[in-house]
Amino acid sequence: MIAILATVVRRDVRLAVRRGGDAATVVAFFVVTVTLFPFGIGPEPNLLARIAPGVLWVSALLSATLSLDRLFRSDLEDGSLDLLALAPCPLIVVVLGKVVAHWLTTGLPLIAAAPLLAVLLGLPWQGFGSLVLALLLGTPCLSLVGAIGAALTLGVRRAGVLVALLVLPLTVPVLIFGVAAVEAAVTGLPAAPHLMLLGGLLLGALALAPWVTAAAVRLALE
Amino acid sequence: MTARLVVEGLGCVRGDRPVFRDIGFSLDAGGALVLTGPNGAGKSSLLRTLAGLLAPSAGRILWDGAEVAEDPEAFRRSLHFVGHADAVKPVFTVAENLSFWARLRGADAIRPALGHFGLDRLADLPAGLLSAGQRRRLTLARLLAAPAALWLLDEPAVTLDREAVAALDEAMSSHRATGGLVVVATHGDVAIPDATSLALGARAS
Repeated sequence: MIAILATVVRRDVRLAVRRGGDAATVVAFFVVTVTLFPFGIGPEPNLLARIAPGVLWVSALLSATLSLDRLFRSDLEDGSLDLLALAPCPLIVVVLGKVVAHWLTTGLPLIAAAPLLAVLLGLPWQGFGSLVLALLLGTPCLSLVGAIGAALTLGVRRAGVLVALLVLPLTVPVLIFGVAAVEAAVTGLPAAPHLMLLGGLLLGALALAPWVTAAAVRLALE
Repeated sequence: MTARLVVEGLGCVRGDRPVFRDIGFSLDAGGALVLTGPNGAGKSSLLRTLAGLLAPSAGRILWDGAEVAEDPEAFRRSLHFVGHADAVKPVFTVAENLSFWARLRGADAIRPALGHFGLDRLADLPAGLLSAGQRRRLTLARLLAAPAALWLLDEPAVTLDREAVAALDEAMSSHRATGGLVVVATHGDVAIPDATSLALGARAS
């Protein structure tokens, strides 16, 4: 079962690398969205530093939903999803493998780009550690919950925006605690409680989301 | 292998419309079943139901005497499904495509399978450059790359040239000689000696 998980992760990561476009688009979208804010609001360092945590988190969530539509759709269209569902293991193993690969190819690049953009917005240096930690806990939640949306919309053609509409409201708790962790660190309060709540959300999503996603994929194959 | 596939009273309903009902047959080790019938008769639906991709509306499927629904993973381990779609990723090479599907089933040796379908010299070519027939051969090579007792083939010979059809016939007969089972939906382009045949009606009214 672990071998199958590793095989699926390796294949999906390699697919994303070969296609190239997906991960690069996600990071580019993240960078462009964040850089729009100084233009829209004006170059006022205090204000930008104040809104930096929220801007970074909202932009990260929006960028990560961009690539969700591709998660299962290309495999459904070329028949690979049939064969993945017939792999000699529970379907949740395959689903989990695809989610891990999605996080490695979108979540990780976002986390790598976030500190640079935080410098751009003038986020006080005390917030950097919590920002990265919060994103490390929060972006896997988005991949897990996003997979549910991606699987549920498999029956709909061109479901890109629909996936975002389904998934984004579900990410509000992640957003609240993610931003709170960074703001706490900036104002000198302990960020640990918020990070622990984020960790709890991640464990909850890890326990529930793959089952729901697997059921939705089975329905889509019928 | 002492595999045995028994199907009793199988029915399938799609979108409130019965596709087929009361299908029953049994297939012993080394046996072959040919599904015939006009377009829309339910050949693909029957194969997908047998594979477990569609839930049957009635009836049951027994593999080695045990109901498939009780241990679907063990059943999936012993079956190969070849559908209409080729499940080939254009950005992967021919060898990478095949080795993923083989490794998913814990197998590693893909060269003999590629060789049987005449793809060994194309192994390092991106699969996006293959012709439709070559993609089909790559899909069929899955059957040989990882062993499984039951082959469910949905019009496997579409787009194949005569040489590849012969390679497929040979693969099926040597599979059956070692106790494998084959269920194939076809319009008569594959030759299977001494196969049982099951004709599906046009429309169950």
